[in-house]
Amino acid sequence: MSKNGPLALSFHALVVVFMMAPLVVVCLVAFTPENTLSLPTSGFSLRWFRAIFERADFIDSFYNSLILAFVAATLATLIAVPAALAITRHQFPGRNFLNGLFLSPIIIPHLVLGVALLRLFALMGVNGSFFWLTLAHVVIITPYVLRLVIAAAIGIDRAAEQAAESLGASRFTLFRQITLPMILPGVAGGWLLAFINSFDEVTLSIFVTSPSTQTLPVRMYVYATESIDPMMAAVSALVIALTAVTMIVLDRVYGLDRVLVGKH
Amino acid sequence: MSLISEMRRGGQGYLLSAPALIMFTCLLLVPLALTLILSFNVFDYEVGVKSDSYTLANYGEVLTDSYFYEIFLRTFWISALVTLLCVVIGVPEAYILSRMGTPWRSIFLILILTPLLISVVVRAFGWSLLLGADGLINQGIQALGGQPIKMLYTPFAVIIALVHVMLPFMIIPVWTSLQKLDPAAEQAALSLGATQAKVMRLVVLPQIMPGMLSGTLIVFGLSASSFAIPGLLGGRRLKMVATVVYDQYLSELNWPMGATIAVALLLVNLLVMLSWNRMVEGRYKKTLGE
Repeated sequence: MSKNGPLALSFHALVVVFMMAPLVVVCLVAFTPENTLSLPTSGFSLRWFRAIFERADFIDSFYNSLILAFVAATLATLIAVPAALAITRHQFPGRNFLNGLFLSPIIIPHLVLGVALLRLFALMGVNGSFFWLTLAHVVIITPYVLRLVIAAAIGIDRAAEQAAESLGASRFTLFRQITLPMILPGVAGGWLLAFINSFDEVTLSIFVTSPSTQTLPVRMYVYATESIDPMMAAVSALVIALTAVTMIVLDRVYGLDRVLVGKH
Repeated sequence: MSLISEMRRGGQGYLLSAPALIMFTCLLLVPLALTLILSFNVFDYEVGVKSDSYTLANYGEVLTDSYFYEIFLRTFWISALVTLLCVVIGVPEAYILSRMGTPWRSIFLILILTPLLISVVVRAFGWSLLLGADGLINQGIQALGGQPIKMLYTPFAVIIALVHVMLPFMIIPVWTSLQKLDPAAEQAALSLGATQAKVMRLVVLPQIMPGMLSGTLIVFGLSASSFAIPGLLGGRRLKMVATVVYDQYLSELNWPMGATIAVALLLVNLLVMLSWNRMVEGRYKKTLGE
C-alpha cells in the first residue's frame, strides 16, 4: 500500500518516464531497418548491429576500453585496499589529509584533471600511451573503491583478528585469512564500480588518448559530433546492455542500493 | 605525545597508504601544479608555449574579453537553472520514493538511479534522438498537426539533458537524509493538528536540508564543468566553459589560455561552493538554535 496521493504518483510516473525515455528510445532505434534515425515501424532489423562489426576502429576501441577498465580497476583496488586499512585501522598525523586527497578526484572536475594530465604527459613525451592512460584512470576511480572498502572495514568485528593475532598469525596470514574475507564484498563491489566508471569515462580520456588508444566513449563522442546514423544507436544499445549486466553482478555481490545510496 | 613519535607510531599507516600516495602525488598533485604554472606562461602563435616567460595577461583576458566573459556567465546561469530544476524535481521525488511500499520502493529507486552508471555519451545521444529537428518529439508534434520546434543546439536541450544526468545526484543525498527522519515525528505533528503543509515546512524540510545542500553543491559543480552534454547537444555555437577549454587545447593549441580557463573554473567552482555552504550552514544553525 502506498501512502502517496494520486497527484504524487502522477508526478512520480513523469519522473520515471523522463529518466527512462532517452535510454528506451536508443534501444528501439538500434533495431531500425531504415537508413535514418527512426523508430522501427516496419519491422525489426539487426543490420546496424552487423554494421558495428565492419568497423574495426569501434571494435578496437571496445577492446581498449574493456582492457583499460579491467586493469585500471584492478590497480585501483590494489592501492585502495591498503590505503583504506591504513585510514580505518591506524592513527597517524596526516590521516585526514590522505583521506581527503584520495577522495578528491570525485570533486575535481575531470576536465581539469584531463588538461592537467595532458600537460604532464606532453612534458614526459608519453601522451597517448596506453600505460599512462591506465594510470590516469586509476587515479579517478580509486575513490570509488576506497569508499566501499572503508565502509566494509569499519563494519567488521575485530575480535576474530585479535584472536588470530594472539595465536601467532603473521601479518600477511592475518590479512589473507581473516581481514580480506570479511571486507571482500566491499572490495568486489568497489572493483565493479571502478570498472563501470572507467569504462564510461569520456571527459578526461578525450585529452589523453591517441587514435590508437581511443576508448569506446571517446570514439562514440567523436563519431557523434561528426555524423549520426543508426549505428551509433546500436553501439549505445550494446553499451547499455553491458552496463546492465555489470549492474546485475554488482547487485549480487554487494547490493545495488548499497552502492548507489550508500546504505549499510 | 610529540608529532615525531606520533608519526613513528603510525609507521604502518604510512606504509599502507604509500602506493596510493605516490600515485596521487605523481598523477594528481604534480599535474595540477604544472597546469597552474602553465596558466601564467606566455603563448605565442608562432613558437607555442614560452615556458620561461610569465605573465598575468591570460587572466586579464579571461576577465575582460567579452567572449570568455559571456561563456562563464552562460555556464553559470545554465548550471544554476539545472540545480534549481533538480531541487524542484528531485526533492519531491525522493520524498515520494521514501513513502512507497517495499517492493516498489527499491524497484523505482534502482530504475531512477541506474542511468547514473550508463555512459553520458549514450544519454546525450538518446536526448539528441528525442530533441532533434526530425526527432521523435518533433515527429509527434507534426503528427498532431503542429509546427516543428528547434530544440537541439539550444540551451533548452543542454538544460534538459543536464537535469537528466544530474537528478540522481540530488535524489541520493536527499533520500539518505530522509532515511534518518522518524515517521513518528510526522505523525505526531499531524495528530497535534498541524496541516500537511506545516508538517512539510517544520518537520520534513529541516530534516532534508543537509541532503539538499550537498545535492545542490554536487549538481552545480558537475553542471558547471560538464563537457559531453554541451559538446553533443549545444553544437558549435552554444559553448560552455568545458567545451571552450577543449577548443583552446585541441584546436587553438593555446594551452596557457586553456589552463587559465580551467584554473578559473576550478576557483569559481570552489568559491561558489564555499560561500553557498557558509550561507546555508549559517541559516541552518540559526534555525536549529531557535
